[in-house]
Amino acid sequence: MSTATPTRAPRRSGSRRRLDSSLIVGIALVAVIVIGAILVASVGRNFFSAGNIRDILTGMSVLGFVAIGQTLVILCASLDLSVPYVVSLSSLIAADLMAGNPANIPFAVLVVLVVAALIGLTNGLIVTKLKVNGFIATLGTGLIIKGYLDTNYKGTSGQVPWEFQLIGATGVGPVPVSTLLMLAVALGAAFFLARTRTGNHMFAVGGNEQVARLSGIRTARPLIVAHVLCSVTAALAGLLLASRLGVGSPVVGTQGGYDLLSIAAVVLGGTLLMGGRGSIWGTIGGVAIFAVVDNVMSVMQVNPFLKDVVRGVVIVAAVAVYTSRSLDRRRPRFTAGAEPPAAAEPAAVDAPKGGAA
Amino acid sequence: MSGEAVLVAEGLEKSFFGVTVLHGVGLTLRAGEVHGLVGENGAGKSTFMKILAGVYERDAGTVTLGGTEVEFSHPVQAARQGLATVFQEFNLLPERTVAQNVFLGREPKRRGLVDKKAMLAETRALLAELGIDSIEADAPVRTLTVAEQQIVEIVKALSVDARVIQMDEPTAALADHEVELLYTIVRRLQARGVAILYVSHRLKEIFDLCDTITVLKDGALVSSGPADELDTDELVRRMVGRPISAYFPEAEAGTVLGEPRLELRGVGNAYVDGVDLELRAGEIVGVAGLQGSGRTELVEGVFGIAPFTRGEMRLDGETVRLGSARQAVKRGLALITEDRKAQGLALNQSITDNALLVIRSVFSRRTRDTRRELPGVLSSLELASRGLDQEVQYLSGGNQQKVVLAKWLATKPRVVLLDEPTRGIDVGAKVAVYTLMRRLAKEGVAILMISSELPEVIGMSDRIIVMHDGRASAELPARSDEATILGAATGTLRVGGEELR
Repeated sequence: MSTATPTRAPRRSGSRRRLDSSLIVGIALVAVIVIGAILVASVGRNFFSAGNIRDILTGMSVLGFVAIGQTLVILCASLDLSVPYVVSLSSLIAADLMAGNPANIPFAVLVVLVVAALIGLTNGLIVTKLKVNGFIATLGTGLIIKGYLDTNYKGTSGQVPWEFQLIGATGVGPVPVSTLLMLAVALGAAFFLARTRTGNHMFAVGGNEQVARLSGIRTARPLIVAHVLCSVTAALAGLLLASRLGVGSPVVGTQGGYDLLSIAAVVLGGTLLMGGRGSIWGTIGGVAIFAVVDNVMSVMQVNPFLKDVVRGVVIVAAVAVYTSRSLDRRRPRFTAGAEPPAAAEPAAVDAPKGGAA
Repeated sequence: MSGEAVLVAEGLEKSFFGVTVLHGVGLTLRAGEVHGLVGENGAGKSTFMKILAGVYERDAGTVTLGGTEVEFSHPVQAARQGLATVFQEFNLLPERTVAQNVFLGREPKRRGLVDKKAMLAETRALLAELGIDSIEADAPVRTLTVAEQQIVEIVKALSVDARVIQMDEPTAALADHEVELLYTIVRRLQARGVAILYVSHRLKEIFDLCDTITVLKDGALVSSGPADELDTDELVRRMVGRPISAYFPEAEAGTVLGEPRLELRGVGNAYVDGVDLELRAGEIVGVAGLQGSGRTELVEGVFGIAPFTRGEMRLDGETVRLGSARQAVKRGLALITEDRKAQGLALNQSITDNALLVIRSVFSRRTRDTRRELPGVLSSLELASRGLDQEVQYLSGGNQQKVVLAKWLATKPRVVLLDEPTRGIDVGAKVAVYTLMRRLAKEGVAILMISSELPEVIGMSDRIIVMHDGRASAELPARSDEATILGAATGTLRVGGEELR
């Protein structure tokens, strides 16, 4: 249609608000970095040294993998609590199958990914077909995996060959390969959400299942795909941990607290826990905030229990900020930056008066 | 008559749980025709539409679309064959863009990926075709006004290239000014040869738009014929079986204006500013204005939900600052909200529980007395139900509204704020609401009524406040004409313009 004359209305304030979520995460990240740098400098260290940057990025990669998958699941208004067990199981399967022989690497990775995909498929089917809430369904499958791990493994197991350990140990300049891999997966996930039908439909299913169904979407599919991808990214995190540790460990996932921490990172990144709104890049921002906060506290040798207190405060504060913003969605009329009235009224009418309620 | 018959429905029957809600209803829709479907709530209009759309399966009867007999099992299936429905509830995702909503579930693909450019371009083309330039195809739906969202729903229907579009109360959420835009769109569709089945409670619209009118009553066909054979009185008589004369009751004998109950002096919050208002005992003041002009926000300010941050508010001469709805209720205020399903009722609870909701939580000591009076109050409102323990979600819109009214009457309020009290309810229930307002006025209650329906504002108000852009742009006397109100509401004060008809 070439008939469209260029009568584009001025962009609404809405498009500005659209940026807000990721923008806030970005601002928060910058703020955390600035405060962190000052604190680190106060103890005579350089926050921006290559070694420290490397530490932070390394800290981001494992949680990053898990949180990418978790973002997809949460977008669909579900949850995945089984991720830490999938992480542990993956590290064990990988280390056992590799058994120190580099020739076994491709096969081991393949098996890990297939097993994880099957777990995700199970989660997805339980949620969509048996109509069990995602929280409960994945709590259940998580416990089943935990039981399997506890009965079959008394400690670390298997051995990862040196070639595979390189993934966790090398880097390009100060940037670890593992972080690059994580960012590549993030890019893929963001592309998937934006440009595939299934990705698009995740927003619909999470936003309003009724609307999705009435629009002819097979609502089960995006949800199942999200669960499968979530388990697969958790498995990638498990592979990375195996590469770092050199062995498989039955407790590496739970020790990392990846279930709740990944959910926290997703929410910190501006994704709605109720689903339907969010972004991968927000999640990466959330993960980065956690990594920086952790790093600053390690450098300053803060009491480890205090670390959790700080993390807790960060999560609650972040969500409180989002909620206060989304409680009243109406655009205030009598504050600075209100949309000017369409009628030919004197501009003074809309002059800023008072603050938002 | 205009074009050829596009859709022929014959002898449609439907019953739910043994109760027949449609008895052999049929009609013929022709290309380029706007066909009004009217009747009271519960007359079977919605059921009829939903059967055509494939939401419900019919028990008996035939539907022919473009010459072939069809039986749809899902609205999407119907839409793909050219019968699209704009349901009363919006089926939109607020967080997604206009284009993403329009193409939801059938996004165009190129090389296996969603073709965003094509999606945007096609949405823009459809909007341009309807002459809409205020909507951005890539704006998130939540930033649109209700009227604009309604247009997105229509664009959605258009994008499947529908030959038949059903609209279920498309103006229920629109103010008069916005209705004009919808008229334009309906007429454009009509010119394109689309057949439109138009359901509305606003009889004026039916006469403005429709070529043919089909009247249903109690699930049966009353009449179906050209619109110019009917007038409003005759139409109402066919719908309810009684004449319109008692539509807007006069003030009851013995109603006197008393002292000011509610006074506002230059009040404002984030949404309204500088509003002055005096509301006296026994008075009914109407608040007109466009959707989004700050009408609802004004009463929310009075009721303490979005408290005023500036100005002065007095109740019975005493300056008050209300910071919550609870304080407002204790001060003798009542607010009948605009959206009764979301804000007025606990849908899965019984009539009794809903009616006692406010009393229990605010005046718990009066619960027992109120419970005793309740059956009387409800029957005075002519509530039709299977019993007071029936869940309110199974009541018709009109009866639900009566439960909301009973809930607030129980608090014995002195100032009643009504926000769109007759939205989406049938003529009979409307009259019950009007009568109740007059009765309350006689008892010395002060009433503030927001309404998008100008006849209602004009027919019921002792004075009319018009809101525009967050301010009270005019205070008009009783029986002002529609053109004056609309002029003040649009802020143009232009008289004789197109939108004034």
